[in-house]
Amino acid sequence: MGEAVKVREIRAMIAARKRWDFAFGVVGMLALMVGVLTFAALFVEMIVEGAPRLSWDFFTQFPSRKPDQAGILSAWVGSTLVMLVTAATAVPLGVGAGVYLEEYAPRNWITDLIEINVTNLAGVPSIVYGLLALGLFVYGFGLGQSILTAGLTLGLLILPVVIVATREAIRSIPAAIREGAYALGATKWQTTADHILPYSLAGIMTGIIIGMARAIGETAPVITIGALTFIAFLPQAPLTGDPPAGLLDWVMSPFTVMPIQMFNWTSRPEAAFHQNAAAAGLVLVVMTLSMNALAIYIRYRLRRNIKW
Amino acid sequence: MVSVVAPETSPASAIAAVSAMPAKKSESQDLNFFYGELQALKSISMPLYEKKVTALIGPSGCGKSTYLRCFNRMHDLYPGNRYEGRIMLYPDNTNLLDPGVDPIEVRMRISMVFQKPNPFPKSIYENVAYGLRVRGERKRALLDEKVEEALRNAALWDEVKNRLDQLAFNLSGGQQQRLCIARALATDPEILLFDEPTSALDPIATASIEELIAELKQKITIFIVTHNMQQAARVSDYTAYMYLGELIEFDVTDKIFIKPANKQTEDYITGRFG
Repeated sequence: MGEAVKVREIRAMIAARKRWDFAFGVVGMLALMVGVLTFAALFVEMIVEGAPRLSWDFFTQFPSRKPDQAGILSAWVGSTLVMLVTAATAVPLGVGAGVYLEEYAPRNWITDLIEINVTNLAGVPSIVYGLLALGLFVYGFGLGQSILTAGLTLGLLILPVVIVATREAIRSIPAAIREGAYALGATKWQTTADHILPYSLAGIMTGIIIGMARAIGETAPVITIGALTFIAFLPQAPLTGDPPAGLLDWVMSPFTVMPIQMFNWTSRPEAAFHQNAAAAGLVLVVMTLSMNALAIYIRYRLRRNIKW
Repeated sequence: MVSVVAPETSPASAIAAVSAMPAKKSESQDLNFFYGELQALKSISMPLYEKKVTALIGPSGCGKSTYLRCFNRMHDLYPGNRYEGRIMLYPDNTNLLDPGVDPIEVRMRISMVFQKPNPFPKSIYENVAYGLRVRGERKRALLDEKVEEALRNAALWDEVKNRLDQLAFNLSGGQQQRLCIARALATDPEILLFDEPTSALDPIATASIEELIAELKQKITIFIVTHNMQQAARVSDYTAYMYLGELIEFDVTDKIFIKPANKQTEDYITGRFG
């Protein structure tokens, strides 16, 4: 008799507390939907407007005054080449700096200061990197408004992302593995090269690709350094000039990139150009999403053999 | 509480009973260790006898592992740690803690097996071969030979000989720990350190590791930290009892477990404390 009352009370109490579970579930779902639905709406609109414009010609033609003949050839080639320079800059510098900070740097206030600054650099607005690059690369080093300048600028921009990702990946390696290597008489470099880098590769690659996906969509710093908005020729194809110096001719070439091409088309009054912009936007989003998908795949592949 | 048995005299008397005097492989002399300001080891002096098993027992946090990790200078990996005193290695009279002695040199002579099996995410073969690779060994035939020998010595060869290229993670916990022992043996160390090697294993795997230790002491000096007093009694020839960073008693294992000289040791052994 007494027990029956007690059980009923307990059940009532649980039901009362569980109402909050339900309430938060609803609030959380709403919060999630605001973001997801907004993105989905934008993406769908872009598909509806831009997809009809997508054709082989769209990828193989230069921009034109006639909207139906205009294509993104110079833009996607420019974006690809700039990304090559960005990767060539940000990967060795970022991974090197990350490994140094995590494995080599002494623990003192200078290291702490550097760490705080690296983290803060990730939050600096990209236009500021553009201004820095304009002063340093374009005028200071005389590199001009070239693919090299753009690649270096975007490389600097994503450097903190790569450094932070490298450090996070290294930190996820258990101390026991590191100690196991040292206990066998390995030097710091042997431990780093044989263990730390291979085991953190998945995380490092993910960081690099996510950084690159951000860089490929950057507009402000590339405009600041003076990328062209209308360009009807391609840079010298990489590695085809007269060797040895000619092999790098392409890096000094003027260029444009996908987001700038989009921006250019959006600012035209004709509606047909807006369609072109939507189609280019679609291509850009697909490029970014494929990079993210690649990051997920690489992470999955490389982590398959590692269990901790 | 400072009734520390002088380690020079006590084993000597005990050894009289055993009648043969084993050679010292190593000897700690007035060893102090500091984690920053915190003193974790207080004036420890005791020997390790050659080709004998010495067990280190004591309650959690008494400094057992800290002491063991002095022997391969693991503490050098982290900032703020400081040693005082000496750990002599014989017969060449090297002080392992001498700042002039490279910790890598120490680790090449003294191997360690950790508390939890920590194989590298590589193949079984590469795990065992790593110590040799670190030393620059590239001859495939020699590596093959050394890997097989180490796996045989670790009583693992028969279980893995047909799958040396498989990932070490695919082995069971006990096999992984024996793999780590093989990895430590492959470089022919002079002393093998065990830091609670069976605390993450089931009773059957534990028994096989203990059997292995009994085998290995014919060739190598062994120093083992254990939480498990029965294990110390089963596998060791000498036992040291530590409490709060101090060495309370060191003696022949039988003596420690049957008739300890120190009241604290007796309380711990009999389970009145700890």
